Amino acid sequence: MNSFEYVRPATIAEAVAAGAAPGAAFLAGGTNLLDLLKGDLMRPTRLVDVTRLAELGRIERLPGGGVRIGALVRNADLAHDQPFASDFPAVAEALLSGASAQVRNAATVGGNLLQRTRCVWFYDVASACNRRAPGTGCDARGGEGRGDAVLGWSEACIATHPSDFCVPLVALDAVVEIAGPAGRREVPLDLFHRLPGDAPERDSVLAPGELVVAVRLPPEAAAFAAHARYLKLRERTSFAFAVVSAAAALRMEAGGIVAARIALGGVAAKPWRARAAEDVLAGARPDGTVFRRAAEAALADARPSGPDATRIELARRIVARALALAAAGTPARVPALPASPFAPIPGAAAHV
Amino acid sequence: MSEIALTQAPAHARHGSNIGQPLTRRDGVLKVTGAARYAADNHPPGMLHAVLAISRIARGRVAFLDVAAAGAHPGVVAVMTPANAPKLAVDPEVKTHPFVFRIDVLQNDRVRYAHQPIAVVIAETLEAATEGAALLAPRYETEPAQTGLDGDDGFVPPVLGAGQPAVLRHGDVAAGLAAAARRIEATYATPAQYHNAMEPHAIVAAWDGGRLLIDTPSQGLVLARARIAELFGLEPGHVLIRSPFLGGGFGSKGLLTGPQVLGIMAARLVGRPVKLVLRREQMFGPVGHRAPTRQTLRLGTDADGRLTALDHHTRTATSRFDDFIEPCGGVSHTLYAAAAIATTHEAVRRDTGTPNFMRAPGEASGSAALESAIDEMADACGMDPLAFRLHNYAEVEPVSGKPFSSKALRACYAEGAARFGWARRPRAPRQMRDAGGRLVGWGVGTATFPALMFQAEARAVLRRDGTAIMESGAHDMGQGAWTALAQIAADALGLEIGQVEFRAGASDLPDAGIAGGSAHTATAGIAIHGAGADAIARLAALAVGDERSPLFGAGNAGVVARGGRLHRSDDAARSESYADILARAGLAEIQGQGRSAADPAAQTRYAMHAHGAVFAEVTVDPALGQMRVTRLLGAFAAGRLINPRLVRSQYYGGMIWGVSFALHERAVMDPRTGRPMNPNFAAYHVPVNADIPAIDAILVEEHDPHVNALGIKGVGEIGITGTAAAIANAIWHATGVRPRRFPVMPHEVVALMA
Ligand SMILES: Cc1cc2nc3c(=O)[nH]c(=O)nc-3n(C[C@H](O)[C@H](O)[C@H](O)COP(=O)(O)OP(=O)(O)OC[C@H]3O[C@@H](n4cnc5c(N)ncnc54)[C@H](O)[C@@H]3O)c2cc1C
Ligand code: SF4
Repeated sequence: MNSFEYVRPATIAEAVAAGAAPGAAFLAGGTNLLDLLKGDLMRPTRLVDVTRLAELGRIERLPGGGVRIGALVRNADLAHDQPFASDFPAVAEALLSGASAQVRNAATVGGNLLQRTRCVWFYDVASACNRRAPGTGCDARGGEGRGDAVLGWSEACIATHPSDFCVPLVALDAVVEIAGPAGRREVPLDLFHRLPGDAPERDSVLAPGELVVAVRLPPEAAAFAAHARYLKLRERTSFAFAVVSAAAALRMEAGGIVAARIALGGVAAKPWRARAAEDVLAGARPDGTVFRRAAEAALADARPSGPDATRIELARRIVARALALAAAGTPARVPALPASPFAPIPGAAAHV
Repeated sequence: MSEIALTQAPAHARHGSNIGQPLTRRDGVLKVTGAARYAADNHPPGMLHAVLAISRIARGRVAFLDVAAAGAHPGVVAVMTPANAPKLAVDPEVKTHPFVFRIDVLQNDRVRYAHQPIAVVIAETLEAATEGAALLAPRYETEPAQTGLDGDDGFVPPVLGAGQPAVLRHGDVAAGLAAAARRIEATYATPAQYHNAMEPHAIVAAWDGGRLLIDTPSQGLVLARARIAELFGLEPGHVLIRSPFLGGGFGSKGLLTGPQVLGIMAARLVGRPVKLVLRREQMFGPVGHRAPTRQTLRLGTDADGRLTALDHHTRTATSRFDDFIEPCGGVSHTLYAAAAIATTHEAVRRDTGTPNFMRAPGEASGSAALESAIDEMADACGMDPLAFRLHNYAEVEPVSGKPFSSKALRACYAEGAARFGWARRPRAPRQMRDAGGRLVGWGVGTATFPALMFQAEARAVLRRDGTAIMESGAHDMGQGAWTALAQIAADALGLEIGQVEFRAGASDLPDAGIAGGSAHTATAGIAIHGAGADAIARLAALAVGDERSPLFGAGNAGVVARGGRLHRSDDAARSESYADILARAGLAEIQGQGRSAADPAAQTRYAMHAHGAVFAEVTVDPALGQMRVTRLLGAFAAGRLINPRLVRSQYYGGMIWGVSFALHERAVMDPRTGRPMNPNFAAYHVPVNADIPAIDAILVEEHDPHVNALGIKGVGEIGITGTAAAIANAIWHATGVRPRRFPVMPHEVVALMA
């Protein structure tokens, strides 16, 4: 582990100033950053510990029904905040399907947005990786291909963003509040993470020194609370990143779908909003056929970046299933196995 | 003399004899309070920290290390490379003993596998040593590396794992297959797995002139001491290894590994005590693994569903520079009464570390394949898989014709099936669904493991205050040796367990053999039993020969030791306390010695194995392929159980590993570089609690008068065997598709069902 400067700013302004220096990195829960340091995968020269910025630790109800979540709110605290979970149940379910209880207790909202990919070549210091070491190449190309992107990838990088939390957030039009050297700005979450293009080393639109201060959900997002689910396929029952995942939220009236929100996880370098699929559903009656059509629309542009194309079909199926679950109604409480295909299935949703 | 001893009484009271009681772990309080001292918890004064630098290539040589940069880092004391590494007294490439493996300890710049140690940085702090190791920035001359089993190479090894023959033929398999009314042939693949004990390999080494004090986890203290003495040119008696607690071993701590030797070399180089602890990633290379296999099973039956032939061929891999061949065929020698049986093995050499004994080596992988194939054969015969197994039940060991010393497998099948509800199982697949519409299947697998026995010694001391000491250099890897062996000691000495100070876990105690092969309780236990009996016999001789004793003249009738007193066998009212006997004889203590070894006569006459039956229920999401073992039940017969609580926990642990084998665990090697790509617990999956919803183990009664004096068979490994296949068979029963590659993964099940 190399030597670095450790600073603990008392205000957002100090944090931004400290974070703008070359080689600086913000430290929140550390559940991702410290692993990267120990693996010699990142060598920041200054750690700016933002965990003492109390003003970033609040969950605020906004007039009109939205919510503003401070960047330092712990994943577990947010998921267990009852008013939040009842307004945004798919977000709570996604949070609780991520990592383990211990990791969730430490991990923060901002850190979850900005966690790095789980591409195994990214974590192998000796592998070529454009995202970690720009210009070195991409050893994931030609690999086993089980975690690769199927949407929005480039020749330079085929990695996916691993967050569960971001998937329902992007479906529900979350906005990221940012403080930076040039002042404050806001970016819709959908535009926050970058597709790799030819600069995969930049995960997000954040400029040096820019700090995520909060994530906001608009009042309209709560209108989906009665029909909102997150579903995640994993290689073990819990404590695993998504093979593919989907958030589905419906606004239903008189048995029909008025509006739909759909996003996918584990398929691209960003949480993937599937607007074309939403359009298929608006005004439709909920049934397996229309869910399948929506799923096909969601993956219409998908193409495998490696040898394994099964994940495209799995992604379609998880979208269709998430829609069926959402249509069946949000359960009264988050299931004991959140987002799991093994959670209780209302009605006949499994046959989709 | 070692200072490691436990006198703590277990939390639960006992009733009657100690053997057979479900006592809780005597070391439990020490462990849950953090007071149990593991190797890396030792910090002798002046200790430095050593960190390995490991190779990022799998084959070639190290062309350059920036020793100057590492050495200049503040806090770094020394950088050990082949240029300055202490020379060893014997070449570590020379096999001085069949159980000596070639290790990489900086004797040259050659690289033979990824994650091989290529330097050691020694510093005042762990952080400085870690950074020093990073600053070495090695450059390599890389040669193309090969991993995996593909290729047209292969050789027939002279022997397998622990010396078993690579080829064994009983009867004419070709004729048996030709004559068969029904045949199946299938190939099953199992991946490389790494032991990954919770506690990584660690060593704290302190030299004191020509003496060496070592704290390191070991499953074989005396072998390790001999190897260290040999490598460093020392008297074995000048090396003391302490290993009171292991955070798991699973075979990877059985024989001394390269990194442990490097820790000792580092301490010699700097002349101060040194601690070296492996990082998780460093466990994927120099400390052994379970080799991948590809096993082809060809089975045939006559029209009645009786096996006419069983052909089990294994292709596996060893390293480029040493031999450990996974002995998969062993399970096919004993389980089914096939008229003809052949087991053959071929191996390839690959650029990996040398594989090693890993919990149920051979049996785990071998039974995953055999028990899957048996299921396929049963289906081909249109028979229930349990009925098929009973139909082909081996009354004598098929390949040797020997009777079994005991074999309660029928009872295992019956008790397991009854509790599981097997009779309600529809024969055809894809018949059962749960309330959510998910597919449900039931599968069975037979478990088996040989009942082995090594050699050991023990020493007992009865003291005038009525207490005793029992000494055995036994190893507690978490299985509960501190408790189970003390139970045997207490009974052998006729004392309460709290009156016996049990000493174990150090190399200056009597040799307790290796804690492997599921043989430790039998091996160490029988020596302990013997030592206790010897001490009691000497005490009895004092009493019955002394006319002042109430036991005078009881020589023919004999005496029984119970509750700290000797009683006449024919008149329990006549007794005398140990303390009184010793006091009258003017003795402070009396000693006894015990030894254990397998009985060659019994071994010639009998086949000795533990058995079991594992039943699994698996639920499968038909669209997404996600699988979950929703019920798991094993029924095992393993002779006499010293402590049923600990035994059950061994079965649970083994069965959970079976779940891991079936659904989760695999090392992903990058075929282009030979590097393991998932060397951490985020990516190398083992089951979590949510993967183990309901697990049960039935302890089937079995009395074995032949296997050894206490009738003990092993329980440490058998739980894995049978389980992986039971799960795969349940997946078939749920889905109608047959997974033949372990671990079975969701995307693969979906692809098979497409
Ligand atoms: C074993 C394991 C399993 C996991 N499984 C899952 C899973 O299944 N699903 C899932 O979604 N996640 C999973 N995670 C990831 C986990 O959610 C993230 O590690 C966590 O959310 C990161 O939060 P943190 O506060 O610890 O961030 P840190 O590690 O402190 O920081 C992560 C990154 O974000 C930056 N950062 C942090 N806060 C800010 C801010 N306010 N503004 C700007 N930059 C910032 C840091 O500089 C750093 O680059 C897993 C993690 C582990 C270790
Ligand atoms: S896919 Fe992206 S993260 Fe993975 S190795 Fe390639 S460049 Fe690096």
